[in-house]
Amino acid sequence: MTDTRVRTAPPVIDWATDFDHTDPVWVDNPFPIWDDLRKRCPVAHSDRFNGVFLPTRAEDIHAIAYDTDHFTSRAVVVSTNEPIAVAPIGGAPPITSDPPFHQHARKILLPAFGPKVIEALRPRVVELCHKLIDDMEGRDVVDGAADYAQNIPPAVIAHMLGLPMEDGDIFRTFIHNTLGNVDAPPEERQAAFQQLDHYLDGHLNDHLENPRDDLITFLQNAEIFGNKLSFEHVRGTIALLMIAGIDTTWSAIGASLFHLASTDSDRARLRNEPQLLSTAVEEFLRAYAPVTMARIVKEDVEISGTVLKEGEWCLLPFPAANRDPEAFVDADQFVIDRAENRHAAFGLGIHRCLGSNLARLELSVAVQVWMERFPDFILEDPSAVTWAPGQVRGPRILPIRVLERAY
Amino acid sequence: MRIVIDAEKCQGHNRCYSLAPELVDVDDLGMAQVIDGGIVPAGSEDKANLLVANCPEYAISVVE
Repeated sequence: MTDTRVRTAPPVIDWATDFDHTDPVWVDNPFPIWDDLRKRCPVAHSDRFNGVFLPTRAEDIHAIAYDTDHFTSRAVVVSTNEPIAVAPIGGAPPITSDPPFHQHARKILLPAFGPKVIEALRPRVVELCHKLIDDMEGRDVVDGAADYAQNIPPAVIAHMLGLPMEDGDIFRTFIHNTLGNVDAPPEERQAAFQQLDHYLDGHLNDHLENPRDDLITFLQNAEIFGNKLSFEHVRGTIALLMIAGIDTTWSAIGASLFHLASTDSDRARLRNEPQLLSTAVEEFLRAYAPVTMARIVKEDVEISGTVLKEGEWCLLPFPAANRDPEAFVDADQFVIDRAENRHAAFGLGIHRCLGSNLARLELSVAVQVWMERFPDFILEDPSAVTWAPGQVRGPRILPIRVLERAY
Repeated sequence: MRIVIDAEKCQGHNRCYSLAPELVDVDDLGMAQVIDGGIVPAGSEDKANLLVANCPEYAISVVE
């Protein structure tokens, strides 16, 4: 999805005092920015977005993730919008929920995303990945993002939720509007959210009339304290699962293909030692963690010498935590057989990514099937690769030349 | 050697279960559960230590 609006925000001069996670320099390569800040200004601040803090040390990011006393999750996407949702439920429970409500909203969903339930989806994901590669027949240059990665999560999540599989383009438009377009005028963002609500209203009403075996019907029948969930709660959760379940994993798959296409040694090793897939997947997740979360400061709190002010945003860059040399040996190196990998790609604490088992399954299968079918491939044009702006980072244009087809 | 899981800290990342389903199981909510009281069969000590080193929440430990 390409943003056609002209960028109006001024370029960043000093990342410690005026950073902007939508700035093209950050979007293209945020790692040197984090490495620099970690050394000289471990909690940076910017007046943009009505005030936002940025910790870059693993220790601080961990502490904030666990601190639900000083930080609220009622909004988790830093944008020009004033968050209007109210704690403790928020607009998209449970990601926007705080304790104690949070655990009740989350507990309803956990069984559907447990590792054994998710593993049963494997044949479906394998078939889907092969189909996408079948569709690339006769082409030497393919787009690893647009032709492959972006199509995998929407089909799986649509199946789980009970939304039309062919609505992938609609999902991606909503995702662009909610996660990518964060510096759009507030009224434009409100209109986009209303479109999303309208789309979901139709499907939720249809499920009320025609219940079926999917997550929408499951949530419509679920109860907290003996009461059915409100229509808005169900809609918020479905919106969350749709948005959070798609471009995060699409980004992880794309970034993994980007790494393999641009790193001959790792591509050769994974080809020759396919048993490395599981450590490779965790290392893709560590080194290219797509998701930066956010909180709102609920009460003034000092972190590494900086006072975070009530009411301002705080970015939680788990990808920066994963690159902190204090937390990882050779943090800036991709180590395909890294045995000890305590990465935080799925967050930490009570908001651990609900769909982490699904994401891991999709990423593993996507890389495995790609390597089986395309044992050798390279970036066609490194300068043509583009990365998504905002809090979910992954390639959106990824031209790859297929050098060898296995079948 | 015995595996101990801190249920307060476990958030269901399932890193342990995916690394060694023979040593750790999960409940319906996806939270880690020890098998056979956490007793580590002889020869699986390194695997058990690996689980400790890969838990993002520091929820797993081993005791002799």
